Amino acid sequence: MKLIAKYLRKFIGTMLLGLSIKIVGTLMDLVLPYILAHIVDDVVPKGDRNAIFLWGGFMIVCSVIALVGNIIANRMSAAVARDTTKAIRHDLFKKVMYLSSERLDKLTIPSLESRLTSDTFQIHRVVGMMQRIGVRAPILLIGGIFLTFFLDPVLTLVMVATLPFIGITVFLVSKKGIPMFTEVQKGVDSMTRVVRENAQGVRVVKALSKTDYERRHFDAANRDLVRLEKKASLTMALTNPMMTLFLNIGLAAVILIGAYRVRGGVSEPGVIIAFMSYFTIVTNAMLTITRIFTMMSRGTASANRIAEVLDLEPDLPVMNDLEASPCDGYLVFENVDFSYNKVKNNLTNIDFSLPRGGTLGIIGSTGSGKSTLIQLIMRYYDPDSGRIFIDGKDIRSYEPSELHSRIGIVRQNDFLYNDTIEENIRFGRDISTEEIIKAAKIAQADGFITEKEEGYSHMLTAKGTNVSGGQKQRILIARALASSPSLLILDDSSSALDYKTDATLRGAIRENYSETTTVIVAQRVSSIMNADLILVLEGGKIIASGKHEELMEGCEVYREISDSQLGGAILD
Amino acid sequence: MTNNAVMNDMNKKQESAKKKRMLVRMFSYVFRYKWLAFSAFAVMLISNILALWGPSLSGRAINAIEAESGVDIPKVLYFCIMMIIAYTCSALLSYLNSIIMITLSQKITYTMRKEIFEHLTTLPVSYFDTTATGDIISHISYDVDTVNTSLSTDLLQMGAGIVTVVGSLIMMLTISPIMVTVFLFTIPFSILFTRYKTKKIQPYFKARSGKIGELNGYAEEMLSGQKTIRAYSREDVIISRFDDRNEITTKAYYDAEYHGCVIGPFMNFVNNVSLSLISVLGGVLYLYSITAINPVSFLVIDLGNVASFIQYSRKFAGPINEFGNILNEIQSAMAAAERVFRIIDTPSESADADDAVVLSSVEGDVKLENVKFGYDDTREILHDLSFHAKPGSLVAIVGPTGAGKTTIINLLMRFYDVCGGTVSVDGNKIENVTRESLRGAYTMVLQDTWLFHGTIFENIAYGKEGATREEVIKAAKAAKIDDYIEHLPDGYDTVLSDDGVNISKGQKQLITIARAMLADAPMLILDEATSNVDSRTEHQIQDAMYKLMEGRTCFVIAHRLSTVRNADVILVLKDGDVIEQGSHDDLMEREGGFYRSLYHAQFD
Repeated sequence: MKLIAKYLRKFIGTMLLGLSIKIVGTLMDLVLPYILAHIVDDVVPKGDRNAIFLWGGFMIVCSVIALVGNIIANRMSAAVARDTTKAIRHDLFKKVMYLSSERLDKLTIPSLESRLTSDTFQIHRVVGMMQRIGVRAPILLIGGIFLTFFLDPVLTLVMVATLPFIGITVFLVSKKGIPMFTEVQKGVDSMTRVVRENAQGVRVVKALSKTDYERRHFDAANRDLVRLEKKASLTMALTNPMMTLFLNIGLAAVILIGAYRVRGGVSEPGVIIAFMSYFTIVTNAMLTITRIFTMMSRGTASANRIAEVLDLEPDLPVMNDLEASPCDGYLVFENVDFSYNKVKNNLTNIDFSLPRGGTLGIIGSTGSGKSTLIQLIMRYYDPDSGRIFIDGKDIRSYEPSELHSRIGIVRQNDFLYNDTIEENIRFGRDISTEEIIKAAKIAQADGFITEKEEGYSHMLTAKGTNVSGGQKQRILIARALASSPSLLILDDSSSALDYKTDATLRGAIRENYSETTTVIVAQRVSSIMNADLILVLEGGKIIASGKHEELMEGCEVYREISDSQLGGAILD
Repeated sequence: MTNNAVMNDMNKKQESAKKKRMLVRMFSYVFRYKWLAFSAFAVMLISNILALWGPSLSGRAINAIEAESGVDIPKVLYFCIMMIIAYTCSALLSYLNSIIMITLSQKITYTMRKEIFEHLTTLPVSYFDTTATGDIISHISYDVDTVNTSLSTDLLQMGAGIVTVVGSLIMMLTISPIMVTVFLFTIPFSILFTRYKTKKIQPYFKARSGKIGELNGYAEEMLSGQKTIRAYSREDVIISRFDDRNEITTKAYYDAEYHGCVIGPFMNFVNNVSLSLISVLGGVLYLYSITAINPVSFLVIDLGNVASFIQYSRKFAGPINEFGNILNEIQSAMAAAERVFRIIDTPSESADADDAVVLSSVEGDVKLENVKFGYDDTREILHDLSFHAKPGSLVAIVGPTGAGKTTIINLLMRFYDVCGGTVSVDGNKIENVTRESLRGAYTMVLQDTWLFHGTIFENIAYGKEGATREEVIKAAKAAKIDDYIEHLPDGYDTVLSDDGVNISKGQKQLITIARAMLADAPMLILDEATSNVDSRTEHQIQDAMYKLMEGRTCFVIAHRLSTVRNADVILVLKDGDVIEQGSHDDLMEREGGFYRSLYHAQFD
């Protein structure tokens, strides 16, 4: 709720104006019955026809004011709801975009997705609803109680005595309700996850004929969500009958105590009758307020989920005054240890120095820590100990954008999106079309792109499902090259390319980007055999490093890999 | 009438017929639980009557206070107790009503979600290739919620409202038919206005539902690419693009509300006007009644009747006011329902032919004859592809990227249907075979690994119903992933979450290979199955792979030509045509052959 209040503060002016207009409209609605009573009770018996028309005309004027006032106020409240939602969604998305990898993995994409849409939508509803119905009810409630106070303060106190019970009910139910709605939203996360998995894994599901299994899987998530929703709704539904009951018990008490007071001569029956009509107003107002509470519980649950993300302290802060690099390599690792779960090291004592313009090749078995090493260069994580330097500076002292602008990277399984090929290469950067075509040519992508009817304007589908695996990789490489980065990282990014294309590609990069320092992670020895420095990783440690020839001599593991690929002796 | 006008008219008619069908279809969900809906209605009526009984009890209690003989305390006490009983019963019933209503609405939600999902599982692969995942999610969460919020509550409210409206109308008619004529002016006025407005509003609600789907799609896409976006420091650009969509979506919301929020106050206005007119008319009639010398009888009215007529007209107006709001809700529900139905109505994969054969004891004799195929009409990928894979043979498909290798897999599995020519297994055209048995005949390991949120055990066992722990471990050992798994804190029970950090692409591939090893199918498809696995590990799992391939017809796509050397037939694919075909040795002998040049390129 604090979150919503914080955002509403920005629109307090509009909101107050809207609420004032709404109050005027509401008062007009309330005035009408009094005029009506006046006509029937006072004007008509006097027999003045003109007065009847006059008062009738006045009623219509009030109606028009109520109409215009309510429409304007509704529209203003819609505008406030729109702006609030927009601002919250913007801030949330922004936060998510800057989220560190560790947190992104922890929060998970389906959950973030439903927070961005489903939860913000709940807030939209609450903000709109509160403004629309949240004015009239409190006015009626306070006004009603206030007026009864003049009639008979003692009886008012009897009625007011029920309010603590109502308050406690609302408090308890909301207190129970908010965590329940939080559970509901978590249920939405799980359902989202199942749908998302099925959309992405449709081929596997169909190939293995697991449709029934997935249906059951979804059914479980669906049932669970429905159960949670039902539980939360049933709890919230308690408030309405409870409140009515309390109020009416209060009414019975008013009548009973009123009876004693009438007998004692301190009150009159007329007062009790008048009391009852106000009582109806108070009851109705209370019911509306219950509805607001229900909405608020749900809204609060959603707001808390959003706040949970927004309130995350930035991790991996930029540090100033860090020592410069002790040696003059462009990319330097100094005794780096790192572990994801802080239990078992994923990288141990990584130590190397790569000169500017040099090429580093990294090879090693699956799970040996190759990609982890890349994640550290990108500063997706900080090392547990040791330091990493780029261009003489500790990478922790770079602004992230400054660090990343130096780097062109192609990650395994990288990301293409629903836009033109050109835009996918440009990736929102300030890069001319010529540079894009140049990069595409070097990445060996120009050929197949120009073969397409729309060429560079060819639209890719989400995740690039309408190009082949190798074409995807070449578009991604072109993206990395387009900004002429000073550090180029290719993380197993040519696995889907045939050898011939791969070889041509590497040649072209060498030729055109001789100033660029390059890091290549590869499975193929041929991809890295020309590197200035090759690291052989095993279980997170560098077991050997050097040039191809040196490793062929000195490292058995390397020789084995190389032989299996190049010599081909093993297969026969 | 011009031709155009006729067309317009027809379109309009179709449009309104479509709308009606949709409403019927929407409410048919409620109708499925008609007894539940009916009992909710009944309970609501009784609860309301009890609540109405309350005021009459309190009235009698007050009469007892006013009694001429002085305050009759025992009688007051009696009525007060009765009141408490009545209200307690009413409260209980109203909670019972909530229980029924909530149950009803959850049943409908459940059914709708279930129907959507089950329909999704029947849709062709192409649907998922071309539809944003986020949009699909939006259908099943947001749209269903929207439909349901309106369906269950509004329907009952309307039911209750109609009872009140009809009741009050009858009462008003008995008091003064002439005063009811006021409504003859005001009601058509509000009907015309709401009709005009709803027509205008409908597109806004439609746009609203569509836009939130798009926003969802975009958010999903960008979240998936968050790490890359950060790598390029493109956060600001992507955020500003998100903002554009956010702007459009919230504007769509605002537009719908901007136009929709007029209806409520307007209905209120019409009621207020009616009330004013009735007051004036009532007053005038009363004056006429007492002043006219020979009043016409049906114009005569006394003051008490004017008062109660007004009371009833206010009762009459209440639900009509509500209808304005309900109408809005129904508009938004209809827009969402249209999207729900659109997904349910998306054509499924064409049903298996009636006489479709269930493939059993598959030999693995696969033939492609003159196959033509393109993902869309504009570009053909495969032009005239023919080849024959003999039972138990190993067919390797090589060629430059984009040549159509993965496409062949899509056709073999019948993820897509051919545009021309035939694909057959053991002499059966695959169109004449049930999809389940066709797909079940293959085990498949794809380049894009797919693991779901679940334990490693579940992920491996996914390939075989009821696989035991031993079998799973055996498969994992064969895929050389057992060691890694055993070193995880929870071993095989480690939950793989989305984009889990600790698992590399290569390890994911090994898990899918283990999954494939468990699934015991007569044919095998390996599409770059080991592209992310290092060659040493690949070599270590080689034996297991050979064992897997043994006696099975295998289709292997690989770039590492060393892996395809042992193939019985190598198909060299270029631009959708088989340009060379033969064994490794055959192909290597061809001077200037494409395969030979590819092979040598490895050693540049």
